[in-house]
Amino acid sequence: MADITLDNVSKRFADGYEAVKDMNLEIKDGEFMILVGPSGCGKSTALRMIAGLEDITDGELRIGGDVVNDKAPKDRDIAMVFQNYALYPHMSVRDNMGFALKLRGADKAEIDDKVGNAAKVLDLEQHLDRKPSQLSGGQRQRVAMGRAIVRDPSAFLMDEPLSNLDAKLRVAMRTEVSRLQQRLGTTTIYVTHDQTEAMTLGDRVAVMRSGELQQVGSPMELYNHPVNLFVAGFIGSPAMNFMPATVEGDTVKLPFGDVKLAEELRGRVKDTGGRQLIAGIRPESFEDAGLVGDAKDKGTSFRAKIEVLESMGSELYAHFSVTSDAQIESQELRELAEDAGGGEIPMEGEEGRIVARLEPASNVTEGEEADLWVDATRLQLFDPEDGRNLTVDASGPPAVGEGSASERTEGDVQGRDPAVTEEGASAPGATGGDPQQRSAE
Amino acid sequence: MEQHTNKERLLWTIGILVVLLYALIPVMWIASLSFKTPAEVGDGKFFSGFSTDNYEVIFNDDTFLAALINSIGIASIATLISIVLAAMAAYALSRLDFAGKAVILSGALAVAMFPPISIVGSLFDMWRAIGLYDTWPGLIIPYMTFTLPLAIYTLSAFFREIPWELEQAAQVDGATPFQAFRKVIVPLAAPGVFTAAILVFIFAWNDFIFANTLTSTDAARTVPAALAFFTGASQFEQPIGAISAAAVVVTVPIIIMVLIFQRRIVAGLTAGAVKG
Repeated sequence: MADITLDNVSKRFADGYEAVKDMNLEIKDGEFMILVGPSGCGKSTALRMIAGLEDITDGELRIGGDVVNDKAPKDRDIAMVFQNYALYPHMSVRDNMGFALKLRGADKAEIDDKVGNAAKVLDLEQHLDRKPSQLSGGQRQRVAMGRAIVRDPSAFLMDEPLSNLDAKLRVAMRTEVSRLQQRLGTTTIYVTHDQTEAMTLGDRVAVMRSGELQQVGSPMELYNHPVNLFVAGFIGSPAMNFMPATVEGDTVKLPFGDVKLAEELRGRVKDTGGRQLIAGIRPESFEDAGLVGDAKDKGTSFRAKIEVLESMGSELYAHFSVTSDAQIESQELRELAEDAGGGEIPMEGEEGRIVARLEPASNVTEGEEADLWVDATRLQLFDPEDGRNLTVDASGPPAVGEGSASERTEGDVQGRDPAVTEEGASAPGATGGDPQQRSAE
Repeated sequence: MEQHTNKERLLWTIGILVVLLYALIPVMWIASLSFKTPAEVGDGKFFSGFSTDNYEVIFNDDTFLAALINSIGIASIATLISIVLAAMAAYALSRLDFAGKAVILSGALAVAMFPPISIVGSLFDMWRAIGLYDTWPGLIIPYMTFTLPLAIYTLSAFFREIPWELEQAAQVDGATPFQAFRKVIVPLAAPGVFTAAILVFIFAWNDFIFANTLTSTDAARTVPAALAFFTGASQFEQPIGAISAAAVVVTVPIIIMVLIFQRRIVAGLTAGAVKG
């Protein structure tokens, strides 16, 4: 058991490429921390530095208070689960799981005992004498987990451990991993590119983008209060809808109509000077206007032609388009689009496609115009230049259910991102330039 | 496997038989000669008589027995040293990025390019000067030198096939780099190790030039060289039968070794199945 601290950690490769830039992260004892981001964002490099498989170029890494920058992996007391499991093919499952104990010089009875326990937990007892090549993908994955847990290390590091499994098994193993971590209470760092895994597994999630930490917080905090466009677009499925917007007084002009700026947001986005912004609206912030009821005055109704309607049973996804003369352009959106395979985000003034999540009771029909409603209080506005979220309150609430968390992005994640700080703590230099942000919720 | 038609099977059988006959007739001829008496040697028949006299002669010949022991000892030691050194070198070459890597690789290739005959003369002088002439090390060193490049190339190809994660997993599991090498990498590269070992052993076992030039007595003379000095049971006899018997005897260890290692190679290849 140990806490892990990254203090201004950087990684520069020999060719000058900076995979991790000045990363600050504090993982508490027993915490389940997720590192998430698109491929190439440096999350795996960060993990491998913690494991000791990559040298740290700059900064300090502490595990349980000790600086371990120069310690070999074997002296760090950490266990790692690799993406391709890295099981020793010439050893039986039993020997695979007991290898670390054997190296440590544990006696045979102790090894048998620990391996037996782990096998029981992971339901591998009948496979102990088989070779990895005789196991299915899911079983191999469990052996890889077993190899980590028999050691009872001070931390688990997991590098996309579920990405080689098929979709169904992945969901099952996700629950399994979560249960296991809760049961063992071991500090865990889990790297994934899958935002669903990030949202469902972690106590806290750290979003990375091209080597820089974007935001650290509980899944709900990232979802509800993303600090910038990138986090907003990366977290959530289906992704947040982005569209051009301008603020005039108390009104936000959106492609499908004007929305009255919600009261709590008004103070924060005052000084935009009428320039072009990017509005972000989550699919579930839309609703069939006929089903809204009392909450109607919190938002705005508009009409839209439903192009495609997808029914999931428990919910409906209505796709419609908006047109706008305005153009939105942002480096972050472009990256997100590239990561998602492109085309999902309205850009360069094309017709923007919007996804709305509706109640299944809605009777909108494909190809027909429908009355939709958007919740103005859930509207997020972003500065297209630096991607900063103008509607998030820098001195705002701490992570949901993580009140005591030391939520630090250290005020200077990117030199300009508002930091999400602990409640009440002053965040020097945390505000990217909105002194009016004092009005808390 | 798809079913072969009868015609295909017939063609395969004929093809295999042709290859086998082509490869084995000389061996069978030698074997047949080794069982003949001097009178029958020239009769041109595969099977004329059956006499084990020639084998009795060579196994009662101290020179041959000494040569056999020399051969086994020298080839085994050269193989062992060559494989251990090559394994460590190949591991470094396939895993590490260091200055001079390309130089080492091309240097190794250059060593293999020299024909033994071009250096054997100077080696003869050198070995005599430093007292290695007619000793085991005097043969082990050149054998090792000439087989190292081949072993390094073979082994580094095998090491490269092993996922690096396995080694990292071992390191995280608490292994020192050497433990990771010995307990994870080497067992996985076993097929490669055995392949290289067979090649090195055969080279050392078959070599004639070094063995003939760098030895003078039973102290280090190996079988191929000893055969050249063979005489018959009497001075007036052609020693053809005895030479044939000796040739058969020196072939047997190679066959046994290949059979043993070949099983290991096949086992290693099928049990590998690394990918998850």
